[in-house]
Amino acid sequence: MNTMLLRLRRLFGPELPALLVFLLLVVVGFGFIAPRFMTMANFESIAFQLPVLGLLTLAMLAPILSGGLNLAIVYTANLSGLTLAWVLIQFGGPDAGYVAFAVGVIAAIAVGALAGAAMGFVIAYVGAHPILVSLAMMIFLRGLGEFLTRGGDISGFPDYLRVLGHGVVMGIPVPLILFLIVAFAWHVILSRTRHGFAIYMIGSNIRAAEYSGVHTKRTLTLIYTLSGVLCAVAGILMLTRFNSVRVGHGEALLLITVLACFLGGVDPFGGFGRVLSVVIALIILQVLSSGLNLMGANQHLSTAVWGLFLIAVMVLRHVAGRLPMLNKPKE
Amino acid sequence: MRKYFTTHPSESWLLVVLLLMIVGLSLATDQFLTLGNISSLLNNNSVNLIWAVGLLVVLIAGGIDISFAVAASVVQYVAVFVLELFGGGNWAVGFIVAGLLGIALGCINAALVHQFRIITIVVTIATFNAYFGLLMYFSKGKFIYNLPEWWSARVVLLEHQGADGRWAELNLPVLVMLLCVLATWVLIRYTTTGRQLYAFGDNPEGAARAGINVAAMQFVAFGWMGLMAGIGGLMQVNITQEVVPNALIGRELDVLAAVVLGGARLGGGRGTVLGCVLGVSLVVITQNGLNLLGVSPFAFKMIIGAIILIAISTSRLSFGPRLTGTPVMRQ
Amino acid sequence: MPMVMSAHSGSTTSALRLKNVSKRFGGVQALDALDFDVSQGEVHCLAGENGCGKSTLIKIVTGVYEPDAGAEMEYFGEPVTHITPTQARRRGIAVIWQDLALFPEMSVAENIAFDSLVGSRLRRVDHSALAQTAGDVLDKLDLQLDLTAPLNSLPIAKRQMVAIARALVGEARMIFMDEPTASLTQAETDSLLTIVRTLSAQGVAIVFVSHRLAEVLDIARRVTVIKDGQLVGVYPAQGMTQSRLTTLMTGQSLKHQVRSRDLSNAPVVLNVQGLTREAEFTDVSLQIRAGEVLGLTGLIGAGRTELAHVLFGMRQPSQGVIELNGKPVTFSSNRDAMQAGVAYVSEDRLSLGLIQPQSIAANIVLPILSRLTHRSGLLSRQLTAETVKHWINELTIKVGDSDDAVSTLSGGNQQRVVLSKWLSTEPRLLILDSPTVGVDVGARAGVFDIVQRLADQGLAILLISDEVSEVYFNADRILHMGNGQIIQAYSPADTTIDALESCIYA
Repeated sequence: MNTMLLRLRRLFGPELPALLVFLLLVVVGFGFIAPRFMTMANFESIAFQLPVLGLLTLAMLAPILSGGLNLAIVYTANLSGLTLAWVLIQFGGPDAGYVAFAVGVIAAIAVGALAGAAMGFVIAYVGAHPILVSLAMMIFLRGLGEFLTRGGDISGFPDYLRVLGHGVVMGIPVPLILFLIVAFAWHVILSRTRHGFAIYMIGSNIRAAEYSGVHTKRTLTLIYTLSGVLCAVAGILMLTRFNSVRVGHGEALLLITVLACFLGGVDPFGGFGRVLSVVIALIILQVLSSGLNLMGANQHLSTAVWGLFLIAVMVLRHVAGRLPMLNKPKE
Repeated sequence: MRKYFTTHPSESWLLVVLLLMIVGLSLATDQFLTLGNISSLLNNNSVNLIWAVGLLVVLIAGGIDISFAVAASVVQYVAVFVLELFGGGNWAVGFIVAGLLGIALGCINAALVHQFRIITIVVTIATFNAYFGLLMYFSKGKFIYNLPEWWSARVVLLEHQGADGRWAELNLPVLVMLLCVLATWVLIRYTTTGRQLYAFGDNPEGAARAGINVAAMQFVAFGWMGLMAGIGGLMQVNITQEVVPNALIGRELDVLAAVVLGGARLGGGRGTVLGCVLGVSLVVITQNGLNLLGVSPFAFKMIIGAIILIAISTSRLSFGPRLTGTPVMRQ
Repeated sequence: MPMVMSAHSGSTTSALRLKNVSKRFGGVQALDALDFDVSQGEVHCLAGENGCGKSTLIKIVTGVYEPDAGAEMEYFGEPVTHITPTQARRRGIAVIWQDLALFPEMSVAENIAFDSLVGSRLRRVDHSALAQTAGDVLDKLDLQLDLTAPLNSLPIAKRQMVAIARALVGEARMIFMDEPTASLTQAETDSLLTIVRTLSAQGVAIVFVSHRLAEVLDIARRVTVIKDGQLVGVYPAQGMTQSRLTTLMTGQSLKHQVRSRDLSNAPVVLNVQGLTREAEFTDVSLQIRAGEVLGLTGLIGAGRTELAHVLFGMRQPSQGVIELNGKPVTFSSNRDAMQAGVAYVSEDRLSLGLIQPQSIAANIVLPILSRLTHRSGLLSRQLTAETVKHWINELTIKVGDSDDAVSTLSGGNQQRVVLSKWLSTEPRLLILDSPTVGVDVGARAGVFDIVQRLADQGLAILLISDEVSEVYFNADRILHMGNGQIIQAYSPADTTIDALESCIYA
């Protein structure tokens, strides 16, 4: 029994049980006080809202694991969305065919990857601080986007895109399916490949990783490139969800993604953190928000609760860390 | 002089670039070097600079603050109600109220950082969301125009009518900005507390062993930042003559970029008031120059972002940490 | 039962008297009812292995930590119940910390006169007074430094001198010196020891911690030995020998035998000719044969580590040839060197050798990730687990769970993790750079047993160390390096350790 627990803990990380218990508490709590909470409609709306924030959070996760940060995620997503929109419009806007969409998606992902690769390159080869580099990239991309769109919305896309943003397959919203696929792939990359392994090692001690033969510069560039690719996927999803592209869409999500990572037990110093815990943290945030929403509060109160919730979790972690009985006894 | 170059490379480079830009713009446009242009630049950017020197102190002490712009909004809003209690108040009461409110919000950050050993980026992202969410929830996003007379009236310190008949004037925020910059300069350069802040940011363990009060350092740094946030908020209202709860959000990252561009190190121990002023000036003058040169306003941010990116990548200056990918923050 | 000899303490007055000092951190008893006393004007040596509680003791005396209840402390005859770092400094207690505890971004003057910056009241900083104070102390030390330069522009030995200068500011009445000579040359060490004698003559009490036991016994009057947080005893330095002190510190006596074998028929694994790197080392030529341990010794800063870095491909030489197994090689990175069969155990295990917060398993497999990767691109869990298990058994690493962080292991076991990590790459040349730094004296023998075994299996080993006894007893041949050049070659069989030491420290 004990070894079973230990193996589970090893597989899913030490944060998971507490997060699951908390999720349960939140769900049950709202189930009692908000009558419409335990309905299919509510869960479906959560399932539709989660993926955009979720994809952006996954894009934030890897840079944090490597000891950095990517503040450019939202605008990378915007620019990728813009690329797709541009391609679609070149092929006739609402009349654009599937091929145009495929071309647009490839172009969008290329733009996201390029933005990420540029950041990763500067961080890895120049040695500049990730916060500074990604901040500069954020300002640049925001400016570029505003320059290209003159601050306006771009809309007028083919109808079939609705399926991606609003469709349901076998009762599961399509965006959620997309998110789960990406999250699973991300989980596999981070926990089962040597590049993923190297990301954690770089996050804990980049110089020691370099001494051990890890190609740290290439790995760092790769991390930010992949982060850019995930942003692109998020940008494509945003386009289909809102049926329009505007630079600045989802701006408020930037710091929420960092919050979600920390909540999911990702070490702010890098080196530790798991996709699954972060996904659970995302679900908790989304459930909190929808529960409060059903009780008549608006999104702003949810934002405040998210912030306070993060503080509460960090305080609890600190207190729990100081309780001797919760610590593993030393032999 | 040569020595200053080696010990303060960012400041020196900025100074050179800035001088070149000023000379170039003076030659290329006949408006740049006019009293009218310079005074409006000063009037319009005093608030950013007030915040910048506050943030500088936090960065020197090894922290980071994401919450200050939102905190300034909270201060503005609460101050409106507090001042009503005082029957409208006057400038003196206004400064005291805004200053104290700002310090109180800063001390919340400091208390969380010190008491629960949560790193500053996590704390301030959490308080950023909490402050903003609560502000928007309670204010319902409403603007306030009905302000005390003294607060919204423009205070002209100096005015001068140019040959073309246009008035150039310097307003109160400029004086307040100069005082804040001066006070910060004296604090960090010429007081024991200021030098302790450097020492604490540079080597926290060594500072503690030397008998520096670590808790006091956090409270001084975040208290100063809060004070500057509050005063900046007060001045912002004087400039715009209205209180808008979501007007300042987003400014924190622009200010951060300018301060780090000015040579303050993410991670602590390094940064000067001069660099801070230069960093903010570079951004401001670039924008002004582009404007005068007739470049589309939509392109400003893109070009500024590109300039920062190029600055980071072409110079192996001290923008970065001692090695690539150091942790986001240390404490 | 602690044995206390009060050889010289009759006539002198006490500077510090501690009774029954204990300190517990979580589950670890760092200090256990320790008694400690130092007389005024005495040079007192504090000896013990790493982690025996020396630094905890220093931190308690200086008010960084508070002792557990029941402790009695007396400073210069006055009983003290509670003390803060600032109060300790005001009572005249100064420390030269092992990690220096300086401020790299601040100026030399501020670092030296740092104590005048401390205090909770907001005061004006008088930068010229700071410079005056710092300048005076540097004059006393006969040292010239640019006072306005930031500390991080100085080399490590100069920083060490700054740390020493900082302790001498003001009226210090008792100075703790924790490994103050670690990065100093012999000349600098000599001048420090002269200062120590002068201070002692002036009545300043000095508590000296150093791993160079000869140096300690030379200047100390008494030696306090601590083991596992408990007092072993207090002994007069006169008549104490290094080997007896080692035995007291570790609780076991060490046997030594010179290795020195003739391997002239074995194939040459590494052949270096005329290797030079600007400003680091010049014209280095050496050969290592299969199964041979080549010792390389000299002072810190002699260019040993720099040479190792070039052999490991971390840096590129400006001139010269490196041949591995008879073929010339050029490395553009350490990955090339690893490919060619070179492994490098760094001197800095804490920040370069291991990734401390990560698991033991992760550290062991890190260099061979590509070998553990399936054709599918995924890491093989089974292969990983087998590799980890194999090395934990092979090198008898004492671990509870291979998923625990490396930082939970003792220094000796950590070094075994480092060795297994590099042995898993199946190297032909193993470079060991100061492999016993931070490893307890008692556990060092275990590390060298492994080294000997590896050599016997045919591995070529370059053993770098500034502990002459280590190379003397473990190498087949010894090279002495100084100022970036190979000065002399020795064979342990043809020389004595004392002769060797006097050559190197000359």
